[in-house]
Amino acid sequence: MPSFIKALKSQVGRKYVTGITGVFLMLFLIGHLGGNLTIFAGVHTFNNYTHHLENLGPLLYVIELVLAFLFIYHAVLGISIARNRKKARPESYNVYKTKGGPSHQTLASRSMAITGVIILVFLVIHIWQFKFGFGEELARYTHEGVDLPQLRARVIEAFTNPVSAFGYAFVLAMIILHLSHGFWSAFTSLGMKHGETSKKVQAAAYVFAIVLMLGFMFIPLYIFFTGGDGSLISY
Amino acid sequence: MSKDFTVHLKYWRQNGPDAKGFFEERTLNTVNEHMSFLEMLDVLNEELQLEGKEPVEFDYDCREGICGCCNLVINGQAHGPKGGTPTCQVHMYNYKDGDTIVIEPPRAAAFPVIKDLVVDRSAFDRIIEAGGYVSVKTGSAEEANTHPVEKHKSDTAFDYATCIGCGACVAACPNASASLFTGAKIAHLGLMPQGEVERSKRVVAMVDQMEAEGFGDCSNFGECEAVCPQEISISAIAEMRKDYVKAVFS
Repeated sequence: MPSFIKALKSQVGRKYVTGITGVFLMLFLIGHLGGNLTIFAGVHTFNNYTHHLENLGPLLYVIELVLAFLFIYHAVLGISIARNRKKARPESYNVYKTKGGPSHQTLASRSMAITGVIILVFLVIHIWQFKFGFGEELARYTHEGVDLPQLRARVIEAFTNPVSAFGYAFVLAMIILHLSHGFWSAFTSLGMKHGETSKKVQAAAYVFAIVLMLGFMFIPLYIFFTGGDGSLISY
Repeated sequence: MSKDFTVHLKYWRQNGPDAKGFFEERTLNTVNEHMSFLEMLDVLNEELQLEGKEPVEFDYDCREGICGCCNLVINGQAHGPKGGTPTCQVHMYNYKDGDTIVIEPPRAAAFPVIKDLVVDRSAFDRIIEAGGYVSVKTGSAEEANTHPVEKHKSDTAFDYATCIGCGACVAACPNASASLFTGAKIAHLGLMPQGEVERSKRVVAMVDQMEAEGFGDCSNFGECEAVCPQEISISAIAEMRKDYVKAVFS
């Protein structure tokens, strides 16, 4: 029988790992959205949430390392699968058309590599912008005797800028596209049969991708259109 | 009486595996709606030969939808416009007067062009040689019902066994993956008691061979199921993946 390492490198193994890392990344997104929405829950809630994350200490580094590992592994596999495509079909078709029916060949599935790379580039900018403030140190303040980071102000300031607000909205639309195939594909990679359940999972994929991303998208667009002074933000 | 009509053909010509291929164009004025696609190509070749030109090579054997030889990519779709149908069963009534039809060979590094529209599909044979068989001596036929097989299992195994190895799955897959072919063979044998014994050994050997032949990864596009003339479900790929994981952890 193949060694575990050899199995991980096989076509079947690669697909499994893409699916498993994908599922964990989707779970992370749910948690991330939950945290983000606390921005609407009062002036200090979001900053308190950030403070609690900071207080995790070494555990936070472990979580960050695991997340980085998941993202990088998922991306490396996705890119290598897309690169193999050229090797497996060096001469492309003059005309190519899907037959439809049971096919899952859609704009979303065809553009997984492109949307994936966009997400990857976005991620670097996103972390650089909010975690490291483009090199600027995060302001802090004291509330009820607790030293809190002023991340909420940084977010509001960022999204009153149209480039940031619409840039995020665009990337989030790309994530909808990526997830609308990725969600179904992950379950298929992990052994789901193609039948009635599979159709329901595809429907769930669309709902999941759209609801999740509209949740994320609401934050930059709301802040931008209310000039950072909307009733949900300014109490 | 059916009328003859005109189609404009654009077909791939290539002298050998290493030769540079190109498209040749020709208008056929005597196409009849009752002709099969291959009969239309016969008419093309007749015209070419009458002019002293070399006919276009294309693969076929039974011409009745059984053998899987006739795998052409027609207007960008493996086996033409209809689902669940091999090229030989596509009839010209699917086209109308003045249509342009682009005919290409299945394109994959693992399926090198032999000539024109004919490709070498022996990569599939080597995948079968790697493990697509039952080597357990089962002796002579036993009394019926000695080994009861659940109905849904035998039906599913039969569905997978209908694979005719035409390679449309590879031709249509954006990644040129052979996962549906390999999965169908693995699932067909693994679901039956005779084949179950070698299930783990088989899946590992066949997956290894599939990769060694240079087929691409499966990205769950599902296009293979859409073009398969036998309408084999991509659930076969799920069976293959399940067997593979079991083999790794057994």
